[in-house]
Amino acid sequence: MTLLTIDDLVVEHRTPGRPLVRAVAGASLTVAAGEVVGLVGESGCGKSTLARAVCGLHPAAAGTITVGGHPVSPLGLRSRSRALTGAQMVFQDPYASLNPRRRVGAQIADGLRTAGDRTTTPEDLLERVGLPRDFAGRFPHEFSGGQRQRIAIARALAVRPSLLIGDEPISALDASAQSHVARLMRDLAVESGAGLLFISHDLSVVRLIADRIAVMYLGRIVETGPTAEVWADPRHPYTRALLGAIPHPDGRGVLPAELPGDVPDPADPPSGCRFHPRCPLVMDVCRDREPEFGPVACWLHEPA
Amino acid sequence: MTLTISGLTVSIGGAEILRGVDLEVGAGRVHGLAGESGSGKTVTGLAVLGLLPHGSRTAGRIELEGRDLLAMPAKRLNAVRGAEIAMVFQDPATSLHPMVTVGVQLTEHMRHHLGVGRKEARDRAVGLLAKVRIPSPGTAVDRYPHQFSGGMRQRIAIAVALACEPKVLIADEPTTALDVTVQAGILRLLRGLCDDLGLAVLLVTHDLGVMSAVADEVSVMKDGLVVETGPRGQVLTEPRHAYTRVLLESLPGDGPKLPQEER
Repeated sequence: MTLLTIDDLVVEHRTPGRPLVRAVAGASLTVAAGEVVGLVGESGCGKSTLARAVCGLHPAAAGTITVGGHPVSPLGLRSRSRALTGAQMVFQDPYASLNPRRRVGAQIADGLRTAGDRTTTPEDLLERVGLPRDFAGRFPHEFSGGQRQRIAIARALAVRPSLLIGDEPISALDASAQSHVARLMRDLAVESGAGLLFISHDLSVVRLIADRIAVMYLGRIVETGPTAEVWADPRHPYTRALLGAIPHPDGRGVLPAELPGDVPDPADPPSGCRFHPRCPLVMDVCRDREPEFGPVACWLHEPA
Repeated sequence: MTLTISGLTVSIGGAEILRGVDLEVGAGRVHGLAGESGSGKTVTGLAVLGLLPHGSRTAGRIELEGRDLLAMPAKRLNAVRGAEIAMVFQDPATSLHPMVTVGVQLTEHMRHHLGVGRKEARDRAVGLLAKVRIPSPGTAVDRYPHQFSGGMRQRIAIAVALACEPKVLIADEPTTALDVTVQAGILRLLRGLCDDLGLAVLLVTHDLGVMSAVADEVSVMKDGLVVETGPRGQVLTEPRHAYTRVLLESLPGDGPKLPQEER
């Protein structure tokens, strides 16, 4: 069953005096119940904007987003419909996403109240994320980054979400806590039958936990596929460059391949295929026409 | 110039952070320092620069050309720090001053340590930006850090560190905050500087892949001690210490299989 459907989504950022930026420029993606989808790409490619749009934190300029069949409307001052609280987000920085002046138990209880859950207690949720039950009476500053992120996950789970979204949930954590927290998110989401959209620029972690990978470049999804397949046989030149840049601990002293150039300005994207100025396999057609097909949006892999 | 650390112990607030660290970084070599967070990697780097928090107690020796940096009075250390030893931090967004142009950040210590004039310092700054491959360095020198991407900022931070032509560079997780594609460029840059300028680099990282790509020697730390030191190939393929094996086994396994010519 498809939980989240994003269809041809466009999200624009407007800043007075600056050109309009299309952070997400026609991206399509689905997440099924019990499925973990990893969304990867370089910083500035629009991953976070896409995640925020799914939660209604950015309005869509075009295209549609539905969660469990309900279209997502921008978050306003009025309370959300119960159906849309099914999508819950774990943010990047647990030092900013938890309220420093409220006890963590009270913050988790908010979610339980929203869900109308009278049987579960905040202590139960803390236990599920691997923290002692008596932490509920403490304040966020008493915890390390990894512990805070576990609390943020407990808070998101309190609402019994059908879709959990992690927007770089591990990048603010110590290296030793990163894979623990990532695995925890995966286990809890899959256990409860929810879908997980996991956004990260760390490919090695995404590879560990995702069933399916979506690769984003400059506002568009350029390749999707089962994780093992994409890892073993990346087809889009951008995916190949991304994977080729990961250094291997084989002790041979091989410097990773460099992808020339920077991510172009999203306010002024290149014509045709957005990757063509950096692509080692660029052809004439790439400069003129944008490949608007999947699962590999590249003229070398045009479906017959 | 060789940096030699011997028997270095550091206590901060009564807690013993380093318990007798021995390390040697030769000219033109990259010495990688690995280990979990809390093992003392960063404190080792900070100790070399004399940047430990107030009230820290140190013992042992940190030698640079026969001089013991630990025993050096603050004034003399100020002449060494920034001029002979420089540091690159993890996060280029916080290590550069947001309200000062790149040019000023590149020339301030250059004028102080080397006594070069305003005009010459500016020319050198443009040259440094070109060396770390910032596009159009002539105009970039008058821009502010926020006008650059994360990878460009880290290149600038490296340029700032190199401004006084130091002999030793301490790089503390220089690529951790960056995308892998940008990381590849920074690693190539570091390796190149080391080979061309004879720079001695102490590279602190938890990423054994990064280590494997650029380091000549690798040391692994645990609980304030160096538990294993050796050539890159040996430590990463035939680790002798049990803890190094644990570190290697905790990695997510094989890398992507790409055709050989792309590696």
